[in-house]
Amino acid sequence: MPAHDAALAHHFHDASQQRRAAELGMWLFLVTEFMFFGGLFLAYLVYRHWYPKEFALGSHTMDLALGTINTFVLLTSSLTMALSVHAAAASNRRMLILCLWGTIFLGAIFLGIKAYEYHHKYVEHHIPFGGLEFHAQSPHRLGLATFYNLYFLMTGLHALHMVIGIVLMLVLVVLAYRGGLLGPRSIIVHNSGLYWHFVDLVWVYLFPFFYLIAARGGGHG
Amino acid sequence: MSAAHEHPGSAAHGEHHPQASVYYVVFAALLVLLAVTVGVAQFDLGPLNFFVAALIATTKALLIMLFFMHVRYSPPLIWLVAFAGFAWLAILFAFTLADYLTR
Repeated sequence: MPAHDAALAHHFHDASQQRRAAELGMWLFLVTEFMFFGGLFLAYLVYRHWYPKEFALGSHTMDLALGTINTFVLLTSSLTMALSVHAAAASNRRMLILCLWGTIFLGAIFLGIKAYEYHHKYVEHHIPFGGLEFHAQSPHRLGLATFYNLYFLMTGLHALHMVIGIVLMLVLVVLAYRGGLLGPRSIIVHNSGLYWHFVDLVWVYLFPFFYLIAARGGGHG
Repeated sequence: MSAAHEHPGSAAHGEHHPQASVYYVVFAALLVLLAVTVGVAQFDLGPLNFFVAALIATTKALLIMLFFMHVRYSPPLIWLVAFAGFAWLAILFAFTLADYLTR
């Protein structure tokens, strides 16, 4: 038996086994998340097939510049997250805290831009629920309402995952300041990183599906 | 890349980790793909627009999974779990779309 150390739970043979078990558990959770968002993406594809014209019209009302900036912000946050995991494994506490703050900061910018976009949709009367005034011409009304419902449902659930991710990162920052999460205990950062990257991955599909669905150039770009 | 292929021997470092430079390269590739997908969307390719966007998104997703999520450096069990998840999703998509797209 290996000498007992505080980072090793007694029901594991060694730290490597404990680590692999934790990582496997996280992946099983993420697979359920893939399924969860997968169902929504399937609904999107079916409705897009039913209302191709309305989905094109709807995507033209999205702010492509803000969507592109937000994608850039989120991809950058995935880089800082990956570097956090790297720093934790290498027991580099200063770098870990710096990268975690960077991830939190970029996640907050993403949510801020998203909130601005939601507000813009509210001002434009593009919200088809909640008893709000919804502006759309009659032949396309149902299809456009479907597009905006899916937009708010899917990006809203994504934003909820972002909020959870930021709370998770704040907890990690506190633990890191207390000197935890380093070396053999870095699996917590690793698994939190898996979650953060998964949320990024969902956005990688949301962005083209809602912002880039139809050509904007009109012929020659 | 020697660190990436180290075997989990010692308990404290029982994990595969790439060098940090790998993350910067992947990040740069993701930004290039973002520029390409936004650029392509400016041209009217008919139904191809959607497939190009989906293809680029899937390339980005693979880069994120393989490198940022360490699947590339993970034991076969993780590969199996990730692959199984996508296999079931593929069944869901294939049979549902086989119905709706052929009506």
